[in-house]
Amino acid sequence: MSDLTDLTIAESLSKLKSREISPVELTQAYVQKLNDNHKYNAFVTLTAEKALSDAEEAEKRYANNTNRLLEGIPLGIKDLFCTKGIKTTACSHILDNFIPQYESTVTQNLLDDGALFLGKLNMDEFAMGGSNETSYFGPVVNPWSKNTPLVAGGSSGGSAAAVAAKMCAAATATDTGGSIREPSAFCGVTGIKPTYGRCSRYGIVAFASSLDQAGPICKDVRDCALLLNSMAGYDPKDSTSSKREIPDFSLSLGKDIKGLKVGIPAEYRPDGLNPEIASYWDKAAQILKDCGAEIININLPHTKYALPAYYVIAPAEASSNLARYDGVRYGLRVDGNGLDEQYINTRTEGFGAEVKRRILIGTYVLSAGYYDAYYLKAQKVRRLIKNDFDNAFQKCDIILTPTSPIEPFAIGDTKMLENPINMYLNDVFTVSVNLAGLPAMSLPIGLSQNSLPLGMQLIGRAFDEDTIFKAAYHLERGANFVRM
Amino acid sequence: MAVDNETVRRIAFLARLKVEQEKLEDTQSEFNKILNWVEELGEVNTNNVEPLVSVNDEALSLRQDEITAGHISEEILKNAPAQEFGYFVVPKVVE
Repeated sequence: MSDLTDLTIAESLSKLKSREISPVELTQAYVQKLNDNHKYNAFVTLTAEKALSDAEEAEKRYANNTNRLLEGIPLGIKDLFCTKGIKTTACSHILDNFIPQYESTVTQNLLDDGALFLGKLNMDEFAMGGSNETSYFGPVVNPWSKNTPLVAGGSSGGSAAAVAAKMCAAATATDTGGSIREPSAFCGVTGIKPTYGRCSRYGIVAFASSLDQAGPICKDVRDCALLLNSMAGYDPKDSTSSKREIPDFSLSLGKDIKGLKVGIPAEYRPDGLNPEIASYWDKAAQILKDCGAEIININLPHTKYALPAYYVIAPAEASSNLARYDGVRYGLRVDGNGLDEQYINTRTEGFGAEVKRRILIGTYVLSAGYYDAYYLKAQKVRRLIKNDFDNAFQKCDIILTPTSPIEPFAIGDTKMLENPINMYLNDVFTVSVNLAGLPAMSLPIGLSQNSLPLGMQLIGRAFDEDTIFKAAYHLERGANFVRM
Repeated sequence: MAVDNETVRRIAFLARLKVEQEKLEDTQSEFNKILNWVEELGEVNTNNVEPLVSVNDEALSLRQDEITAGHISEEILKNAPAQEFGYFVVPKVVE
């Protein structure tokens, strides 16, 4: 019998329901895989024992036919989601002893559907980074690495690597500027950032509140549909969560896409675009065309300004959100002479370099005299970026782009480290989506010449994840990507 | 708008962070690199453009002003670095 960890969630559920496998066997298989792969540094906290005892409960549920949507499915949880009684650190020194007394809404939804948690996943500190190298617990190693250890992408590097290496059936993740999609592309897995408002942000450690959104990273498109259906939903505890009805996303899978208008934005193909990525982009468009879709050239004229606008807005919101880490109510405290010095000592020791950099930039752009020039200006540009998408979606139903302009790079890459802007530029194809609040999925399209995975991105209209799932289903079949 | 050492120090204090003397130059130059880059935004004509604060187009909902949680002070204090008599403990603030 093949390894149970090869199964998708949909396949596992059908075998669980037919009693061909048991939740305990499934969980044991993942725990084994997890223990064999500590070298990837994907998990920062393990709760395998709890998962195994929960699997026994799940077994009883299958026996008496009270099994729920995800009964007995072992998941990994990004360490940004508060999990009651289980350490939640945001991979920061300042929170490395924090044990939440409550459960985030997204993880509660998964628990209510019968999922099991194997542990908490590594990530960039406070989700600030694109390579998982800012984590207090060290970088995640991309399971596709050959001789040189490569980054898994970020910020949800642990989530993507754990799913790729089959250390969990799927994982939760969050996306503020590409943090679900970029690591998914780098690790050859599928991840969706839903529309802003689909998933409650309650109990997720805040980074940039107007951009943060949770979503799943999975082995395939169908599992993303299943998991998102469990994670999403209105929550009175998050005022920005949407009351719109959540469709059954899996119903979109297999629907034909004849006449679907797929937009190709000219601005995403700059002169220097990596030729391999450009040719996979053409291939992806051809796959959709062969399924009956119509390819349409579109323009998103303000694309060039998305990154600078993002790197004003996100740090501004972060500097405000991270003001709460004061060493008084929770987290690290480093004593000082008086309250101010205690704040300063605590924060200076507790935050890593990238987090401090963003707090400083954010504080600057919000400070008296600069607010209008930077913050207000960025918010106006944000409006123009959203208008670009509104105009494009008059002509097309969905937008196809690469997820990242590059393939996974080496851990400790000097070009990325010598200038923070070089790292920021990797988000060029993903940040606009967060600024406009749209849903977008990354799915693997093929391997580069270096045998490393590359991803394609499908961007939909707000609250139209259905069309993404519809197109992704065909793109996935056409790409025929072989998982690890 | 180039930032000088004094501004870096002032911003760091506003953010309650300490930038070590020997790191001041580096921080200042990094700061200026990032600011120069985001100043590209100045090229965009934003006359008569409303700032976009939130993409959420649904009105914020109101609820009855009633207690939905409470009597959890023990849980709230559980992660406190220092506590006494059911309170958070901080260094002396008032002489």
